[in-house]
Amino acid sequence: MIICSGKSVLKGVAIGKIYLYKKQEYVLEKKQIEDTEAEIARFELAKETATQQLDSLYHKALEEAGEEQAMIFDVHKMMLDDGDYLDSIRSMIRDDKVNAEYAVSITGDNFSAAFASMDDEYMKARSIDVLDISKRVVNVLAGIVEGGIASESPVILLADDLSPSETVQLDKSKILAFVTKNGSANSHTAILARSMNIPALVKTDVALLEEYNGVQAVVDGIDGTFIINPDEGMAQKMIRKKMDYEKERTELQKLIGKDNVTTDGRRINVYANIGNTQDVDKVLANDAGGIGLFRSEFIYLGRDDYPTEEEQFEIYKEVLSRMGGKKVIIRTLDIGADKQVDYFELPKEENPAMGYRAIRICLDRVNIFKTQLRAIYRASAFGTAAIMFPMIISVSEIQRIKEIVEEVKTELTHEGISFNQVELGIMVETPAAVMVSEELAKEVEFFSIGTNDLTQYTLAIDRQNQSLDNIYDSHHPAVLRMIQMTIENGHKGGAWVGICGELASDTTLTKTFIDMGIDELSVSPTYVLGLRKAIREI
Amino acid sequence: MTMKQFQYTIKDELGIHARPAGLLVKKASEFKSTVSVDNGTKKGDAKKIMSLMMMAVKQGQTVTFTIEGEDEAAAAEALEAFMKENL
Repeated sequence: MIICSGKSVLKGVAIGKIYLYKKQEYVLEKKQIEDTEAEIARFELAKETATQQLDSLYHKALEEAGEEQAMIFDVHKMMLDDGDYLDSIRSMIRDDKVNAEYAVSITGDNFSAAFASMDDEYMKARSIDVLDISKRVVNVLAGIVEGGIASESPVILLADDLSPSETVQLDKSKILAFVTKNGSANSHTAILARSMNIPALVKTDVALLEEYNGVQAVVDGIDGTFIINPDEGMAQKMIRKKMDYEKERTELQKLIGKDNVTTDGRRINVYANIGNTQDVDKVLANDAGGIGLFRSEFIYLGRDDYPTEEEQFEIYKEVLSRMGGKKVIIRTLDIGADKQVDYFELPKEENPAMGYRAIRICLDRVNIFKTQLRAIYRASAFGTAAIMFPMIISVSEIQRIKEIVEEVKTELTHEGISFNQVELGIMVETPAAVMVSEELAKEVEFFSIGTNDLTQYTLAIDRQNQSLDNIYDSHHPAVLRMIQMTIENGHKGGAWVGICGELASDTTLTKTFIDMGIDELSVSPTYVLGLRKAIREI
Repeated sequence: MTMKQFQYTIKDELGIHARPAGLLVKKASEFKSTVSVDNGTKKGDAKKIMSLMMMAVKQGQTVTFTIEGEDEAAAAEALEAFMKENL
């Protein structure tokens, strides 16, 4: 039994035989041919087959990946029909009396070399295309099936990594799971696995040994392990794990459309956290009641300059429209600390967690803040938007924020731009905010408790410091009492209270939070149904 | 035998790259006449994609088309229209 670990792309367990996928190499042989006309006919037939393959690849790619990706197969088809290329092959077979495989390979190499020697980067790159079409014809001649899986029953596909054309060509009905030695969460293999909804591991520490072919194995996408030749005990354990997972998944799917209500009739909103627009798919698929935390940082990260109001508006509008009237709580810019953006030119700090970050930057650089607020208010016309502000410590901060919000609303009204009512709330993530929560509650419509930062600041433990992992305890009574106090004071001041930190998905605490009177829990989309189940069992 | 000629300056920013080269081949192959292309440094056959691509014709270059054969008048007209539309 060999246990390897990899990065899981999709949960689930697959059990089956390994199929070692290798790029098949034809070993070129030069043979003397007597009947050259018959050999030419053999070539013509192979060319015809290759053309048909390119045709079907073109249509397959068009459906699966779009025009851009598909075009290459159309160009390959034309190259395969090129007069000079064909003449060269035919005359080599006829005059040199060589086999078709040899004539095609050598011709391909010659044309490829001609392209490679060109003084033009684009045309240089076309040398690969010539080699590709020649290889395709040679494979047909030699009877090598590319992307074919020579197995009757479905297999666990083990490969180094897969190219786009390989993922297009693979017979997907024969694949139980993917395990690749390389690749990433964004590689073609990962994308394919997600679209097929089957377990997959990438960056797996496995050797691609011929002897693994046909060997029984397990892909555990839950814990990111690949077990080759499992012993009896492990095999039994994995069969149970697979059954449990599938049963759980079916059970959870049945909860779609159901209420988040306890057996004694208490109702809680279960919302989802998102970090980009693609996450909305998962929010909808998992039936979340809304978006409880839309981290807006991704709009600012990975670029050279500030996003414009228009760019931001389009993003908020997309999310709001797709959520179709369900609440979307957008958290304003929360950079600084561990999230740095170069063009903000933030000063280097001794202690960034307690430094110039989040709302502190926004209240200092009001123009950046206003751009974001304008974009959100404009988008509010397309759904139910709410805004929350991070890292609040004082009542004066929220009063200042509300002044800026009023300015934005007045400007928009003057410009004749319509917007909807927008709920305003704050993140409660500092002990200071907890201590003055009664006063804060009078200023806002809701609180959302950020348990990660609240734990860090309450316990004075840097959550990035791994040597403190053993004492970083988010169940610490001090943290739980902070949460309790926030809920009580929030309600006293007329604000509803939710939790959007990691603790929200900790089902061992769900009952505690409900007993404290929590109104909303916002978790990663994949935890929504699990949390619903936990609530319904209370 | 007579022949037809016309000149065209490439507007497409990628020049005659793979895709339009393929389309040009398809168009030229509709006619019986021979169609040769010359950009001043290299000559190519408009009915052969590899030959066309190897000319590596760039944006701004002027190419001369020479068409010879029984349907040369129709071919010249069709090819000139094709170039204007696609390149």
